[in-house]
Amino acid sequence: MRHILSILVEDEPGVLSRVAGLFSGRGYNIETLNVAPTLTEGLSMMTITTEGDEAIVEQIIKQLRKLVTTLKVVDLTDVKSVEREMMLLRVDAEGAKRAEVLRIVDIFRCKVVDVSLDELILEVTGTQDKLGALINLLQRFGIKEIARTGAVAMRRGMQE
Amino acid sequence: MELTGAQILLESLRREDVEVVFGFPGGAVIDIYDQLPNYPLLQHVLARHEQGAIHAADGYARATGRVGVCLVTSGPGATNAVTGIATAYMDSVPVVIITGQVPTPLIGNDAFQEVDIVGITRPCTKHNFLVKDVRDLPKVIKEAFYLAATGRPGPVLIDLPKDVQQAKCVYNYPKQIKMRSYNPTYAPNPKQVAKVADVVRKAKKPIIYAGGGVIASNASEDLTWLARTFNIPVTATLMALGCFPADDPLWLGMLGMHGTYAANMAISGADLILAVGSRFDDRVTGKLSEFAKNAKIVHIDIDPTSIQKNVAAGIPVVADCKSFLMALRQTLEADVSDASAAPVRDTPWLARLASWKEEKPLAYEQGTDVIKPQYVVEIISRLTKGEAIITTEVGQHQMWAAQFYQFTKPRSFISSGGLGTMGFGFPAAIGAQVAFPDRLVIDVAGDGSIQMCIQELATAVCYGLPVKIVILNNGYLGMVRQWQELFYAKNYCSTCLDVAPDFVKLAEAYGAAGFRVSDPGQVESVLTEAFALPKTVIVDVVVDREENVAPMVPAGKSITEMILV
Ligand SMILES: Cc1ncc(C[n+]2csc(CCOP(=O)(O)OP(=O)(O)O)c2C)c(N)n1
Repeated sequence: MRHILSILVEDEPGVLSRVAGLFSGRGYNIETLNVAPTLTEGLSMMTITTEGDEAIVEQIIKQLRKLVTTLKVVDLTDVKSVEREMMLLRVDAEGAKRAEVLRIVDIFRCKVVDVSLDELILEVTGTQDKLGALINLLQRFGIKEIARTGAVAMRRGMQE
Repeated sequence: MELTGAQILLESLRREDVEVVFGFPGGAVIDIYDQLPNYPLLQHVLARHEQGAIHAADGYARATGRVGVCLVTSGPGATNAVTGIATAYMDSVPVVIITGQVPTPLIGNDAFQEVDIVGITRPCTKHNFLVKDVRDLPKVIKEAFYLAATGRPGPVLIDLPKDVQQAKCVYNYPKQIKMRSYNPTYAPNPKQVAKVADVVRKAKKPIIYAGGGVIASNASEDLTWLARTFNIPVTATLMALGCFPADDPLWLGMLGMHGTYAANMAISGADLILAVGSRFDDRVTGKLSEFAKNAKIVHIDIDPTSIQKNVAAGIPVVADCKSFLMALRQTLEADVSDASAAPVRDTPWLARLASWKEEKPLAYEQGTDVIKPQYVVEIISRLTKGEAIITTEVGQHQMWAAQFYQFTKPRSFISSGGLGTMGFGFPAAIGAQVAFPDRLVIDVAGDGSIQMCIQELATAVCYGLPVKIVILNNGYLGMVRQWQELFYAKNYCSTCLDVAPDFVKLAEAYGAAGFRVSDPGQVESVLTEAFALPKTVIVDVVVDREENVAPMVPAGKSITEMILV
């Protein structure tokens, strides 16, 4: 099953390779990984999505907690949470295609962030599923390039 | 007062009560060595290879329970230490390693003797640091010692660039360290303790399976109390030998791949396993799906990652072994005073264990022609009354030492369990002997392994360390030969050590003493003489070439499927 882990770490040199190395060294898989500073100076938040059965994910979480630079690990899969990912796409949009692409942009609430004669760059945020659906739809127009951030996630406020 | 980085390091070691540093110099640590004479209370032991230095620091730590310290230069010095760092990591030994590094402006430039040792050792240290600013150094050292010794102990590395060693700043050593991201759990959850007390009371066929955590947390006494008071038989891993006296009737011997028949059968038949500070290593459990099928498993470990990793624990307890056993004792002590409430043991169970011990003991037959290696270990055990510090290399001799030496005290068996590092035993013996100059320290070695760090003979002789090396010389890389014999149709490829040095002459060449014995009738007298000599000694014992370690559980089989002879 897919799990979203939110990991609070000391913002020190090498902290990313400690975390990434833990996954590779123990044969766990990282599907997406995202790191950025938090409100507290000196602390960063990582969001990692990974695949694995319950026992493996339990080990991953314990191993992450064991790292000296880790403050907190939360498996957001178990709690109500919001998950988003941002993606940029460079899409073929020549001539007649353009109108149709723009219609899809509307439906998916994407933004056009760059326009040229034969292509558009689109910006979209959403869940993994939504991004996947968009990719599927746009494929037939010709997607030239994509760049994705990987998921970021946060616990919802109204928890029991 | 302003001090240089090198001075700050040495001053801080002094404040950590470090008495000895095992090391090897080089350009990237020359500033530290330059200052060493100004710290006469800090003994430096010059090894002859960085692997020797780190194993010695490790042996010192295992023998004393204190933090071992190792100092090496950058690049090749640091990489030579990696095997020893990984060895300490696998066996959870507290060591602080200081490596020199090229000056900070050169880092990343493929400078002379530069290597990313922080990157290399990330997976085999508990934590590591690269110090870029001399003002961070005191805090880093304090943290390194704190991390190495607390929680699940382990090696911590400090990489110290040359310019940081030379830079100056005002010295303030922190009194205490608090790390917001590091808070090991020592005290067990009282509810879990109550649960354990309850199952201990009710169990009909309980067994204690002790691991290295019992030694690391100095919990042997509490463990012994529990076993004796409640009549619970004890087995232990290689790492825990000595945690329970081998002459006690409740002692079953080591379990696992080369464990005793009684221990492996007992684990398999038990209804309750108290796993204390052990991690269900594959060498212990054999085929996991067959392991201890009838038992409720209570697993106590300070490291949460050990619990539920290989085996599902009915009652998991995250705690320091000693804190746990003390808490359990408090809960159970009430029972003891009230005899009627004491647990009723299934005495047929204890009787069955006793009969297993009697019917299928560890055995060998010593004839009059060739020396059996097991016999040598038994003689060593008898001569030293189980009170020596025994270190080992890795191979058959290691298993025979574990099986046939009657350990009576914790921290008297020092062996590379997790990594299985050939070359570990002799330098580790040096470390132990530095810590205990007056105790008898014996490295039980194989003729293969001893050649991996043989250069440390110079170290032992130089510091007048009367370490005894007893080589069980079978002319083979014996343990591998045994596997080839049993599982690879006797294809003895590359395991015969026909060309070997004359170990007696070799000892003498280094200024040590050498003995050779090949007559079973003389083993005892030669060992007696060797042990009495107040100097470094090699005893080359020519043993039966094709003797095998038994019992043996073939890899991947259940631990009840032992090959007995
Ligand atoms: C550094 C290292 N290299 C290789 C091995 C694999 N290995 C395990 S036991 C063994 C044979 C050891 O031979 P020896 O030291 O002569 O001891 P014996 O088994 O004959 O008692 C070998 C090669 C190892 N454990 N460590």
